[in-house]
Order: sequence, then C-alpha cells, then structure tokens
Amino acid sequence: MIGSLDLTTLQQLWWLLCSVVGSLFLFLTFIQGGQSLLWQVAKTDTEKAMVINSLGRKWELTFTTLVLFGGALFAAFPKFYATSFGGAYWVWILILLTFVLQAVSFEYRSKPANLLGARTFELFLFINGSVGILLLGAAVGTFFSGSNFVLSEYNLVTWTNPLRGLEAAFSLFNLSLGLFLVFNARTLGAMYLVNNLHFAGQPELEERLRKAVMTSFICSLPFLLYVLVGLVLMQGFGVDEQGVVSIVARKYLTNLLALPWIPGLLLAGLALVILAVLRTARSTATGGIWFGGLGTVLVGLAIFFTAGYNNTPFYPSKADLQSSLSIYNASSSHYTLTAMTYVALTIPFVLAYIFYVWRAMDSRKLTSEEATRYGSY
Amino acid sequence: MIENVDLTMVNWARALFALTAMYHWIFVPLTLGLSWLCAFYETIYVKTGNEEWKRLAKFWMKLFGINFAIGVATGIILEFEFGTNWSNYSWMVGDIFGAPLAIEGIIAFFLEATFFAVMFFGWERVSKGFHLFSTWMVAVGSNLSALWILVANGWMQYPVGQAFNPDSARFEMQNIMEVILSPVAISKFTHATSSSMLLSSLFVISVASWFLLKKRYIRMATRSIVVAAVFGLLSSGLTALTGDEHAYSNARYQPMKLAAFEGLYDGERGADLVAFGILNHAKQPGDNLDPFAFAVKVPIPGMLSLLANRSAGTFVPGINDLVYGNAAENIMGAAQKIERGRVAVEQLALYKQARKNRNGQDAAAALAAFNDHREYLGYGYLDKPEEAVPPVGLTFYSFHIMVILGGLFPLVCLAFLYFAYTNTLAAKHWLLGLGTTMFFLAFVASQAGWTVAEIGRQPWAIQGLLPVTVARSNLTAGTVMATFIMFLILFTTLLLAEIKIMLKQISIGPEEDSK
Ligand code: HDD
Ligand code: HEM
Ligand code: HEM
Repeated sequence: MIGSLDLTTLQQLWWLLCSVVGSLFLFLTFIQGGQSLLWQVAKTDTEKAMVINSLGRKWELTFTTLVLFGGALFAAFPKFYATSFGGAYWVWILILLTFVLQAVSFEYRSKPANLLGARTFELFLFINGSVGILLLGAAVGTFFSGSNFVLSEYNLVTWTNPLRGLEAAFSLFNLSLGLFLVFNARTLGAMYLVNNLHFAGQPELEERLRKAVMTSFICSLPFLLYVLVGLVLMQGFGVDEQGVVSIVARKYLTNLLALPWIPGLLLAGLALVILAVLRTARSTATGGIWFGGLGTVLVGLAIFFTAGYNNTPFYPSKADLQSSLSIYNASSSHYTLTAMTYVALTIPFVLAYIFYVWRAMDSRKLTSEEATRYGSY
Repeated sequence: MIENVDLTMVNWARALFALTAMYHWIFVPLTLGLSWLCAFYETIYVKTGNEEWKRLAKFWMKLFGINFAIGVATGIILEFEFGTNWSNYSWMVGDIFGAPLAIEGIIAFFLEATFFAVMFFGWERVSKGFHLFSTWMVAVGSNLSALWILVANGWMQYPVGQAFNPDSARFEMQNIMEVILSPVAISKFTHATSSSMLLSSLFVISVASWFLLKKRYIRMATRSIVVAAVFGLLSSGLTALTGDEHAYSNARYQPMKLAAFEGLYDGERGADLVAFGILNHAKQPGDNLDPFAFAVKVPIPGMLSLLANRSAGTFVPGINDLVYGNAAENIMGAAQKIERGRVAVEQLALYKQARKNRNGQDAAAALAAFNDHREYLGYGYLDKPEEAVPPVGLTFYSFHIMVILGGLFPLVCLAFLYFAYTNTLAAKHWLLGLGTTMFFLAFVASQAGWTVAEIGRQPWAIQGLLPVTVARSNLTAGTVMATFIMFLILFTTLLLAEIKIMLKQISIGPEEDSK
C-alpha cells in the first residue's frame, strides 16, 4: 500500500510525521522546564537531589526526540535542513551548545572531583532550560515570520543578515513564541515533578511546585495571546499552483478557516492545558502532566500544521520570496519518502516500549531517600 | 557552482569536523564495547546469584555512564554539523544520506535512551530479568546506532544505490538495500565495533591492572581481567579479519586511499608490503624520488598484492597510476577524469540554461552530452590531477601505527590470560604496568583508524562524486574559526571534567558507601 502513495501524499504524510515528533518534543520539554525551575522550587540539598533525579531519569528521551526531529527533517526535507542549518547558523549553533551543556550536567553535577562544581552544572541546566528553549521557539517562529535567505540556482544558501539566524530573536512575534514555550515548559515541568515525586517529609517542595504550575502558566499567557493575535492578523506567505510564492494578507487566518480541525486542535489543546493547570494548582491531583502534555502536543500540531499545509511555504524567505521552501519543493524524492515510510512503521513499536518502560519505572514515586542514595545523580 | 570557494573557510570547516568527530570518537568506542562487558558481567551475576558480580557490574556501569553522557553531548553536534557546515552536501546527497541518520534515531537511539535509565536506576524498580534485558538492550542499541551511522559513512566512501538527477541537480536514492548492504558499510560496521570491543577490553584491563598494582580489590580485578582478556583476544582476531576485509575493499573501491596508506607511488605486479618505514618528505607525485627514506619490507614477496587482491601476482595501482593513468594496466587517471568531468559540469549548466529558456532541443542535446560524462561530474570540480591525492604521510603513518598495535594487543591479552591461569598475575608487576598503558595505546589505534579512513578519502566528501570544496556551507572563515575555538574550549573543559570524575570514581572503586 505504501508503495502506491503518490509524491504529494508522501510529502504531506512526512510533514505530519515531523509535526508529531516536533510536538512530542514540545511536550518532553517538561525536562527543560523542570531544569529552569530547580533553584526556584528546591531550596535544600535533598530537594534539589529529588528534582534532579526525577528529571535525570527522563532527560535522554527529550534529547533523543530532538535528535530525531533533526534526523527526520534531514531525511524528508533535506533542502530545509541544508538551508536552515547552513543559513541560520548561529541560532542553531547556540541551541546545540545549550544541549551539549545539558547532556553532561545530570551525570556530572553531584560526582566528586567534577572540576566545575555543582552550581556550574546547575547553571548549565538552567541555560538549557531557558535560553535553549527560547531560541528554539524563536527559530520555529520564523516558520511564520520568514527568514533572510536567498537560494542560488544550485540551491546554495546565502544568508542576508549578518546575525545569521540570531535576528529571529529580535522579532516580537518570534520572541513571544519562544517565551511562551519557555513558560509552558516550566508549567509542564512543575506538573511532572508533582506527579513523579513522593513528598513525604518535603511538603514545602510540593507546595512550591503546585504554586509554580500556576505562576508559570500565568506568565505564559500574555505571550501566548500575543502569538495567537499576531498569527491571526499577520500577513503570511502563500504558494500557488505554479509554485510562485507571494505575500498574502491574513494568510494564517485563512489557513485556520480553511482547515477548521486545526483551530479545533488548538482550542482542545489549550483547554486541556488550562484544565491541567487548574487541577494541579488547586487540588491534590497529580495527573496534570498527562492532560497538560497532551494539550501541548495538540497545540504543537496546530502550529506546525498551520505553517506547512494549505499551500503555505513552511520556511518562507523575506529576502527573496521565490527562495521560500514548502513541503513540496523541499522534500526528498518519491523513492526515499516511500522507503522512509516503511521505516516509520516501527514508530508505534518504539512508542510502545517507551510507554512500557516508563510505567514500569514510575510505578513507585521517587522518594527523598532514593534520590540521595549512593549511585543517584 | 563553486565560484569563490574560500579555501581557508573550507579548511576550518574540515578542522571543525575533525575536532568534533575525534572528540566523539574518544567516548564512542568505550560505549560500544563496555556496554557488552557490562551485560556479560551482569549475566554472570544473574546466573550465579553472586552479589560480588553485581558489584563488579555496577562498578563498570558507573564508568560507562560517565562516558556515555559526554558521548551523547558530542554526538548531537555532529548530527547537525552536516547541516551547519556542510549544507551543500546536505542538499546534494540528503536524499540518500538523511535516511540512515533518521533510521538511527528511530531504531537505535531510543533503545539506548529508554533502557539506559532502567540500567542505572531500575535495580529495585524492575525484576532482575527485566534489568538484565535492559542492560543487553543498551548494548544492542549502541551497536545498532553504530550500524546506521557507519552505513552513512560507508556510503560516503563507496556511493552505491544512487543516481544524479540533472533536474533537481542532486543525487537521489535508487536502492536503499544497496546502500544498507554495501560491502563497505559491512566492513565498516564489523571493524569499528570489533575494534571498540577490543578497546573496551583493554580499558578494563588497564583499570584492573592498576587495582592489582595497588593491591586493592584483587578478586574483583582478576575476575574483570579474565573476562576482558578473553573478550579482547576474540575481538582482536575479529578486528584483524575485518581490517583485512577493509583493505580488500579499499583496493576495489578506493584504490587511491590504499596507495596512500601503503606509500605506493608506482604500481606493480606482485607488489611488496612495507611493514614500517620513514617517508621521503620531498617526494611528489610524478617525480623520480624514492618514496621512502627508510623502509622495512615484509619478507613475503607479493604480500601487498595478496592482501589487496587476494592473489600474489596481481597489479596494485600506485598514486602515479591513479593520477596520470596507466594505459598498459587499463587505468584511467585523475587527469583524464577531470577533462571529462569538466564537460559534465559545462553541459549541466547548459542544460539548466536551456530549460530556463524553454529550449527543448538544446536541453536534450546538453542532457545527452551530460549523460555521457556524468560518472566524472565530481572530478570536474578539481583544479589539477594532483589534487586527487590525499595527504600521504598522515595516512601512511596512521595506518601502520594501527596495524602494529593491532598485532601487539592479542599478545598482551594472551599474557594476561596465561598468568591469570597460573595464578601469578598479581606478582607480575611488569605486565600490570604494561597493562595500565594498554588503554591509551588502544585509543591511539582507534583514532588512527579513523584518520586513515577519513584523511585517506580526501579530497572527496563523497568518494569520486563530491569534493569537500563543493560540500561546504556559505560561511566566512571567521565564523567557522570562531565556532572551532568555542567547541575546542567547551569540549576540552568537559573532557577534563570527565577524566577527573573517572579517575576519582576509579580510585573510589566498587564500594557502596560513599558517593
Ligand atoms: C561506530 C559508532 C559511531 C560513530 C562512527 C558515530 N557515532 Fe554518534 N554515537 C554512537 C556511535 C557512533 C553511540 C555509541 O551510539 C553514542 C555514543 C555515546 C552514546 O550515548 O551513543 C552516540 C551518540 C550520538 C548522538 C546522541 C544520541 C542520543 O540522543 O542519545 C548523536 C546525535 C550522534 N551520536 C550522531 C553521530 C553522527 C552525526 C556521527 C557521524 C559523523 C556519529 N554520531 C558518529
Ligand atoms: C567518529 C568517528 C569519526 C572520526 C574520528 C572521523 C574523523 C574525521 C576527520 C579527521 C575528518 C577531517 C578530514 C580532513 O579534513 O582532512 C573528517 C571529515 C569528515 N567526516 Fe569523518 N570521522 C568519523 C566519522 C564520520 C562519520 C560516521 C561520517 C559520516 C556519517 C563522517 C563524515 C565526515 C564528513 C562529512 C567530513 C567533512 C568533510 C571532509 O573533510 O571530508 N565522519 N572526519
Ligand atoms: C590488525 C590489523 C588491522 C588492520 C589490517 C586494519 C585495517 C584497517 C583499514 C584498511 C582501515 C581503513 C578503512 C577505510 O578505508 O575506511 C581501518 C580503519 C579503522 N581501524 Fe583498523 N585495522 C587493524 C587494526 C585496528 C585496531 C587494533 C583498531 C583499534 C583498536 C582499529 C580501529 C580502526 C578504526 C576505528 C577505523 C575507522 C573505522 C572504519 O573505517 O571501519 N583497527 N582499519
């Protein structure tokens, strides 16, 4: 069956798959959110150890999802991979650096003779959780606000802004999206910790975490609002049958109206997040992370779908409209997309064992005793 | 397509890739091999129920974890560096090359990431059996990731299963099974994983030798050594076998690399093998100087022909044959290939122009001419034939160091096994002293191996198709240099932290009481 799919269907399918991976990543940024909350919610060494160890058992999943997001874009939309990474150079390099810092910090923070000291590794975690996510959000924002590149006849990219991608962070829209993701990650992070920790003997920690759920969410609201209003009002980029790109007024509003299930996803997602926040902040419920996580995935899907479907170039160029990339001109060949679709059949299996292991590992909550014992982070 | 190549930029980008790849490869082989050893130790524990094996397994796992973290940290840079610093490469071959990277993510990295947490924190959370299973899965996952990345790398060395599409001006995949089952990918995978098992066995031997010298944990250290030496002996056999397979495929697919690492300028029938030598540094392709200032040959005549072609009397082409051609042996040199390649480049441009002008006839003519020369497209971007020669010195010395060390390691493993068998190991201070150094030598061999593989491939990013000058991104030299310095400082700091932590954990030893 897969063998008979035509190119257009495969391109749309792969945008869907990349969107799913990207949205799962946004959910999994609860790790980064938790990292950026460390100093705020954990005051004693024991509390810190609990937060670090709880996050430390999951961080690899988030990291690997990011790697897969990159790999999937490379395989399915190589022209995007080449243009964006090679063009918006500095923003990507800085994002990667923050992830390098993260990768060693859990393992090294509490080990003796770690050269830099525990505080430094905590700072690394904070940088990854704040700057890293902020820049990622800004980079995703350029899917709507456009970037500054020109592609040559042979598809070689020239970036026309000397900041090479960092300029994205100076647009209010991109910045708002970035900040929204940072605060959303914190909301999720606090909900995850509420869910994952055993608070016997640490009631203040629980209290601070539940409070952080609410404050983080409230902080995220103005940015969310700015992004949503901006998205509906802004002019966007459209591509016609011949592949000619032009500026289209209210393009993203048009997309939302043309594909009404997208605003459906968005609203359902936001409702789930709000529900999760209220329940976690106001009651003793611990399941918020699941609702909030699902909600985040739905919001993420809505963002990616609006950017890529309905004849919209998902990586538009402000500098040269005709260089803009859509899922149709940036994709791999029919053969490669088909082959990769067979490979993608293994994804449900991967999700299944992750789910199984997660359940097996988290059937008991993490206690302060376990978090401070020999061999823990 | 390659007007205004800034060579300084390209060289900084190469240095940056070399830096990040070589840092990554400090940690990767240990992950690949130590994961199997941990699985073995834990299996023995589960089989015997002896808590001492559990402590032993946990000790090596702790070192594994410290190493793993920084392996992951350096890996993510490499993954994206193809985009950031080799963006034209990513565009030109992304249709083929992206697939193994994505498959690696889906199939291998998640196995590692998921079961890693169980291996470290699941001792009391899951059953004994499931824990053991998880440890094995970490090993399987790591080595599967090696498989996919080496399929990708093997494809760069021997680009099969693809064709150039003049309309999109890129290479596109024709057959994924050919890419996966390429003989080069298979020898890469087998050689890189077996040499990593060897390296990890030698790591265990080094650490355990140190314990024995300090007279600490004598039983644990001896046990570790016995398992590691058996493992090391087996894997060094495999390493040599698969290395030989490599040389054989080099002879067929990358003869220039073979000529460079053997220091062979003038090809001959029944060529002899140089066991070791000092190169003559004034030697250039095409001149009459002796390539060697000093050389020790293997006393078996025709040994190189035997290794390269599995037949002693056959012809092995040298650098000069490959650069200037050798009509008698029916070898086309880079000089002739460049001429044809230039026609391909020219006709491709004409084809594009004609299509833009909607001139069907001209387009068809240009396409036909292009198709006659397309095989040599990559050569069209070289300026002169001598450019097709990789740095001979570095390749030659690296190769010989690797092979000589490859001969030494099994002897060391044997010695350890013998004295462990006769129960006199703890008293053999000379051997234990030697043992502590083995780990460093293994690193030297392993890094030397990649140097042969990658430097020997120059000037190509994709052998014969895409020179590194075309593979580049459009960046300034200053940008890439700044990145290089940033990564150098960052990785070096993290490496120092890693080494300090490692040494501390080793000196703490397998005790449960302190952190
Ligand atoms: C033969 C083995 C091998 C080779 C040649 C490479 N790697 Fe590697 N890589 C591994 C074997 C490995 C590993 C053993 O699987 C690692 C090391 C430590 C670890 O956690 O996994 C890893 C980690 C690792 C990670 C982090 C994965 C995670 O999320 O857990 C990435 C993104 C890469 N690598 C990417 C690359 C790229 C792009 C390479 C090529 C230039 C490369 N690796 C060469
Ligand atoms: C981890 C083990 C590896 C090591 C130690 C290594 C080493 C090197 C070195 C030393 C160079 C620089 C060559 C030069 O500039 O002269 C290089 C370049 C490069 N390697 Fe590797 N390599 C490794 C793995 C890989 C893999 C697995 C791939 C592909 C999947 C790869 C792809 C490249 C590319 C694209 C370049 C840049 C272009 C070039 O200079 O050829 N490398 N590598
Ligand atoms: C015993 C004799 C050995 C032989 C004949 C041999 C042969 C080779 C050859 C021909 C290559 C170049 C592959 C290419 O063209 O890409 C290579 C690469 C390599 N060697 Fe060896 N080798 C030997 C021992 C070792 C040892 C002892 C180690 C490390 C402990 C090692 C590690 C490597 C690595 C990591 C590579 C690069 C990866 C690859 O290309 O597979 N080798 N070897």
